[in-house]
Amino acid sequence: MIIAVASGKGGTGKTTVSTGLFYYLKKYHYNPVQLVDCDVEEPNCHIFFDARQISYIPVTVSMPEVDKERCTFCGKCKKACAFNAIVMLPAANFIEIVNDICHACGTCLYVCPENAIREIPGQIGEINNYRWKVDNDFSEGRIKVGNTLQTRVIRQTLKYLQEEGIVILDAPPGTSCPVVAVVTKADYVVMVTEPTPFGLYDLKLMTETVRQINIKHGVVINKAGLQFDPLYRYIDNQNIPLIGEIPFSREYARLCSEGKILPAEDQKLGKVFGNIFKNIMNGKGSH
Amino acid sequence: MEKGPTEIIILSGKGGTGKTSITAAFATMAKDSVIADCDVDAADLHLILQPEIYHEENYSSGTKSVINPDQCTGCGLCLDLCRFNAVELINGHYIIDEFACEGCGLCILACPENAISSETNENNILYLSNCRFGPLFYGKVGIAEENSGKLVARIREEAKNKAREIQTDMILVDGPPGIGCPAISSVTGADMVVAVTEPTKSGWHDLQRLIEMIERFHIRIFVIINKYDLNEIISDEIEEGLKEKNIPVLGKLPYDEQVIHALISGKSITEFMKEHQLTHELREIWNKLLEMDH
Repeated sequence: MIIAVASGKGGTGKTTVSTGLFYYLKKYHYNPVQLVDCDVEEPNCHIFFDARQISYIPVTVSMPEVDKERCTFCGKCKKACAFNAIVMLPAANFIEIVNDICHACGTCLYVCPENAIREIPGQIGEINNYRWKVDNDFSEGRIKVGNTLQTRVIRQTLKYLQEEGIVILDAPPGTSCPVVAVVTKADYVVMVTEPTPFGLYDLKLMTETVRQINIKHGVVINKAGLQFDPLYRYIDNQNIPLIGEIPFSREYARLCSEGKILPAEDQKLGKVFGNIFKNIMNGKGSH
Repeated sequence: MEKGPTEIIILSGKGGTGKTSITAAFATMAKDSVIADCDVDAADLHLILQPEIYHEENYSSGTKSVINPDQCTGCGLCLDLCRFNAVELINGHYIIDEFACEGCGLCILACPENAISSETNENNILYLSNCRFGPLFYGKVGIAEENSGKLVARIREEAKNKAREIQTDMILVDGPPGIGCPAISSVTGADMVVAVTEPTKSGWHDLQRLIEMIERFHIRIFVIINKYDLNEIISDEIEEGLKEKNIPVLGKLPYDEQVIHALISGKSITEFMKEHQLTHELREIWNKLLEMDH
């Protein structure tokens, strides 16, 4: 069972929910549980565990490089590149592939009639595996600062999911390709929101996304307590199951700021996370 | 030579630190700036600024490949070549997973049967609008779309043209969270970055990665610590860390639930509570920022 924790808006409490759920399941559940931080631009889950890094896997892609001795400046590669990543000035004998824009798709290599393009491995990120307490069941993908191929790092990270038990994926914020790369792997998407106009608007976008991909989903409202009825009305009208509410308190905000896991600090919240899990497993979700 | 408009990008690394509320407050104080919301995954600024849209267009961010089953002979070359694992073999049929395809077109070039064609995505939307503080440009990225960075670049370009047209000297850009493709696209060539952070370990971790990214582009960066009183110890640690990096802190703002009430009523903080401490501090931050521009 793969559970993705996602939200359109950033900062609603995705990591609070995924780390809380992981903690709860490790403590009370007999099945193996794995947590994978897929927010590769800003992975934060490691902050919440006093975990020791036990291994590191570099994420590389084959980046093209032009052999200027062989290149005849025919321009076929430049024409074929869908990402405008090739800069060519034949008069100046200049050709370069801009790494930051290159998607490493291999098209230039394929079309070059002179075999003047070769590929060299370039690192775009890393996967870090951690040991927390006794098990090695927490890992994260982390993109190299300055790189733009976040979806590639995510896809690579997702290759290391365990096959049994429960897997929790902490997704990046938003609704575009990196998020979709994560949620399409999941059997259930927990959408985390907050009772504010921003929270509601971004939840609508997220709901459209999970509906289009057709994955079972439910909502967790974080920072609950603020009177903002339109959010509750929306969830109700759309028949999206509300699978949990985490009340707002300055104390919770302080605990999270220090990297503390909520259900480990407050028993009441242990119950909240227990119910979230129960709701997921009981199939409480809409398509 | 006359100086062009100053483009200020508001970023955060971590989401939910208050980027958009602060951008709206800046827009209120700037009076005649051009405003751009480049958080195209979840553009929220218009919820506060409540603009009137005068132009809306579908914006293509690229293409995706489609296999024509009648022409496909099932040779499987596309599956072998695709670097994105976007070609799937389902019940003997080769199919392209639209969510995985990045539109590079290699399969189209390689297919010996010419059975693959490209389809343009028209799912991104660009909005040009006017709000009470000036022109507001924003976008909405289609579900699972590639290249949100391209939409970001387009919005900034529109904003720059407008700024020249109406001769304003300021462009305010609400940026996306993170440090990947859209964030990078929002800062290249900009004049200044204001990073809004919060006193959490995550906020500080994310800010450091953001700073590393910004410094690659040699853009000046200033920091606002929002909700600093939720954890003053971490707030002090961040200030200390920034001092070591020689990055100026423009100011610290306290946590205040009124910010959410301002948001619910569709007003910026500085409009909603004109005489409030938060408004005064935002004003001070804004003035400091303007001084930095000189």
